[in-house]
Amino acid sequence: MLQFVTRRLLLLLPVFIGILLVTFVIVRLIPGDPCSVMLGERATPEKCEAFKERFGLNDNIVVQIVRYMVNIAQGDFGTSLRFGRPVVDVIAERLPMTFELTIGAMIFSTTFGILLGLVSALKRNTVIDVTTMIGANIGISMPVFWLGLMLAYVFALVFKDTFLYIPPSGRLTSGISLPSLATLWGLSDLQGLPKFLLGLVSNSTILNSLLTANFLMLRDALWHLILPSLAVGTIPLAVIARMTRSSLLDILGQDYIRTARAKGLIERLVIARHAMRNAWIPIVTIIGLETGQLLAGAVLTETVFALPGVGTALKDAILARDYPVVQGLTVVIAITFVVANLLVDISYAYLDPRIRLE
Amino acid sequence: MENAIPKLSAEAIPERRSPTVETIRRLFRHRSAQVGMILLAFMILIAIFAPVIAPYDPVAILKEETRRSAPCIHLLGCPQEQTQHLMGIDGNSRDLFSRVIYGSRLSLQIGFVTITFAIIIGGIIGALAGFIGGWLDNILMRLMDVLLAFPSLLLAIAIVAVLGPGLRNALLAIGIVSIPIYARIVRASVLSVKELDFVSASRALGASKLQLLLTKVMPNALTPLIVRGTLGIATAILDAAGLSFLGLGAEKPIPEWGLMLGEERNSIFNAPHLVFFPGLAIMILVLSFNLLGDGLRDALDPRLAQNRSK
Repeated sequence: MLQFVTRRLLLLLPVFIGILLVTFVIVRLIPGDPCSVMLGERATPEKCEAFKERFGLNDNIVVQIVRYMVNIAQGDFGTSLRFGRPVVDVIAERLPMTFELTIGAMIFSTTFGILLGLVSALKRNTVIDVTTMIGANIGISMPVFWLGLMLAYVFALVFKDTFLYIPPSGRLTSGISLPSLATLWGLSDLQGLPKFLLGLVSNSTILNSLLTANFLMLRDALWHLILPSLAVGTIPLAVIARMTRSSLLDILGQDYIRTARAKGLIERLVIARHAMRNAWIPIVTIIGLETGQLLAGAVLTETVFALPGVGTALKDAILARDYPVVQGLTVVIAITFVVANLLVDISYAYLDPRIRLE
Repeated sequence: MENAIPKLSAEAIPERRSPTVETIRRLFRHRSAQVGMILLAFMILIAIFAPVIAPYDPVAILKEETRRSAPCIHLLGCPQEQTQHLMGIDGNSRDLFSRVIYGSRLSLQIGFVTITFAIIIGGIIGALAGFIGGWLDNILMRLMDVLLAFPSLLLAIAIVAVLGPGLRNALLAIGIVSIPIYARIVRASVLSVKELDFVSASRALGASKLQLLLTKVMPNALTPLIVRGTLGIATAILDAAGLSFLGLGAEKPIPEWGLMLGEERNSIFNAPHLVFFPGLAIMILVLSFNLLGDGLRDALDPRLAQNRSK
């Protein structure tokens, strides 16, 4: 198992390099002189020269690529043109929100997706099955931002003044603010990786409120997370339900299931021990692939619910032509996606011992 | 003792049909393909006859109407003296129904244009990689792997960031991120066909690589290309709507569904109809391609379909 994990980790290296190359090239493809693009109106020949010298744009292109990669490996993503602060800080500030949303959506979509898929496979061709599958088809065809807006309308306006009311926007009820853990714990002079990690924890509303034992804030944070998670999770839910159903149906037709039934095993154990164990692999694959969908959905949905995550930051950075931020956020999201797929690969090996030996 | 062989009646001999006819028959019998085709035909008809169906010019500003007023349908009891607006009036005093109708043209074009682009470019890349092989194959396919390492919409957003917002750039971005799938399909079928006897034979007869590609490889790649392409159109329409929603795609006053949603997202509480109808339109169109894609997959590969319905 350890050998398998190590090999997989080593295989990640070329992918990371590829991601960095692509993001490097993308930013270089911006039409026009990098200096006038980056400095905008203020670009004078002298300023341009100073700018190029400062960012090493006069060097050989290979040198530039290597330097870019080395910098990122050391956690230096450059400086935001708009805010004049390190891009890493922007990432530490925005990433936790997107993670919380993605994880919330993932919990929602896998729990209900597998459950619905299981029920429709077992109750094949009944009303439940047909409804679920029609629902799944509609689910994968909805624009996630539209679903988000509709949910906001229903739960915040139609159910207003009932117990079903759920807030439609923001991370916390206005008036509640997130304390900085660095200030709270007297760790303001941290640098580098520890500072980044503390920033991530501190900006994660859920972790922050848990660590400061602020359960009112925790409740508020979870409450605000419900609608966005439902919106982002619905499409993956539909896909997972379909996958669970078809893979379970495939397996239920196998000989060993008949054997299990023939030897008098109760149906619950046939499903749980014999069928589901083999159905997991395609389901896990789909969950891994859906991580990308979840991340993309999070980016679109943050705008709808006014959440301070990577998506809103990316959108603002693009419209403000803040390229270092665009570049940094793209790299971070791509790496997250790749790591999620790595976790899926590792879980295969756990679920199916044959894969470890390949 | 009479050892009579029972005579076969004429009806018992199954009629032989060409595979194409068989496929089309299977497609028309497939439940979800039926629904998909009906929905798609409906949308295409709307797109073709948009000028006839739409009561107003989609970009015309109706000065006499109140902005964001609710739908007024005479049949549903809206007073006769008011002018009829099936989906209400948008934030710029335009007739929403006309805009949604015209939007179908745009979204259909977006879907077909991006996927055609992706299939052509992906096909060329896949064919080069498969036929020439060696280092070129390695470089091209690793590049495709890297493109697949990005969540597609996010890569499209990054590309738009570089090219600048706008409908044409958004389409180009979505086209680019769709390339890898088709490149893989074509490469795989080049590799599977390349060494077969009938291909070696036609190569020995002097067929050029291009001829081989068009006459031997492409027919084999056609099935997966059609299936993936149909499903790809659905994704492309959704992604394009997403980019426009974020303000990175179509620009005002183009009647694009995603943009219409984006423009009115803040009026969801006072004028929900302005958000509801464009989104519904996107959903129906995307649904039609998804259903049709599912049906095509089952119809073109009956072995798979039997497995699924077991």
